[in-house]
Amino acid sequence: MYDKGKIIGGLAVFLCLASFPVWYMAASGKADYSPDPVLPVSENLCVESAQYMKEYHMQLMQQWRDQAVRQGDSIYVSSDNRTFDINLTGTCLKCHTNKADFCDRCHNYTGTAPNCWDCHNVPPANAPPQVTK
Amino acid sequence: MNIDRRSFLKLAALGLLAVAAKPAFDLISRPSAARALEGPFAGKRLAMVVDLNACTAGDGCVDCIAACHSVHNVPDIGNTKEEIKWLWEVDYKRAFPDQENGFVSEPLLDSRVLVLCNHCDNPPCVKVCPTQATWKREDGIVMMDYHRCIGCRYCMAACPYGSRSFNWRDPRPYIDIIQQGYPTRTRGVVEKCNFCEERLSDGLQPACVEACSSGALKFGDLKPGTELYDLISSQFNLRRKAELGTRPQVYYLL
Repeated sequence: MYDKGKIIGGLAVFLCLASFPVWYMAASGKADYSPDPVLPVSENLCVESAQYMKEYHMQLMQQWRDQAVRQGDSIYVSSDNRTFDINLTGTCLKCHTNKADFCDRCHNYTGTAPNCWDCHNVPPANAPPQVTK
Repeated sequence: MNIDRRSFLKLAALGLLAVAAKPAFDLISRPSAARALEGPFAGKRLAMVVDLNACTAGDGCVDCIAACHSVHNVPDIGNTKEEIKWLWEVDYKRAFPDQENGFVSEPLLDSRVLVLCNHCDNPPCVKVCPTQATWKREDGIVMMDYHRCIGCRYCMAACPYGSRSFNWRDPRPYIDIIQQGYPTRTRGVVEKCNFCEERLSDGLQPACVEACSSGALKFGDLKPGTELYDLISSQFNLRRKAELGTRPQVYYLL
């Protein structure tokens, strides 16, 4: 093989560069970074269980959207028979008062840009989580 | 087992018939109107009556328009090309261009007429919408699903009343006070009057009807025996461009 040294050397440099993001993140300790959204302190149970909300809140919100807009039924009955008014601003953000510290943290982390807020209102205060007595 | 070709075919045909019988029966016996009779909107035909004798729009009253546009976060963009309208007023001649009677009483001719989406019984906007973002509910409200609107504006071309407006730009900077109770719209969607369906589901009257101090606006179910029915069946009234066959559901008492 001609130019063995150059080829193998070049490959090694290429691999180093291509894997740079991986080992750099690992070396700098950012690899195990988690977005850590701020949870409301006033409530400890969401519409459904926390695990379900983590995994399926997008499907649930689409179901809410279709149920409220298309079927005109704005009452959601949860799996444990509690009822909720289907309302992103009024129900979700009532507890999750700070969109930036809750919604945005995970969405930024995962690089998703849901367009809910193009129309739905974020309460202007965007107040810090309420403290219970 | 000994079976000839002829009896095999007969048996096979009988077998097929037996298998097909159940779905065929279900198909035929399904009451076609069953779906329309269910749901929260069943048996209603919502309509509005505008009493032009009582309405004081000509004297500069804009209470209903202000209420509607405030409740629904309708922006005031400030130029007519991009303006967003849910409820507005026009001259009598513009509202009823088809009324070609030789003489119309002077006050009527000079009057201003409140116009809005007519929530047609036969809505042309619904027919042309390629995504079913607009559709007619069973109670007659012609609804918009902003989530589904792709901004093609076919509905605007189809609507003979100009009741639909397109958001050429983000409306939020043009809304004085954003009401938290109702979403704004975004760039690239079409919007129009929704007969305050969000208020109706809370048991309220439409915002314009509530804001009207002269009693010129009446809203409700249009079926025999209701106040609305008595009103329009006892007095002469017009509907805008009714000859187009859209069956508009906003009635104007003269």
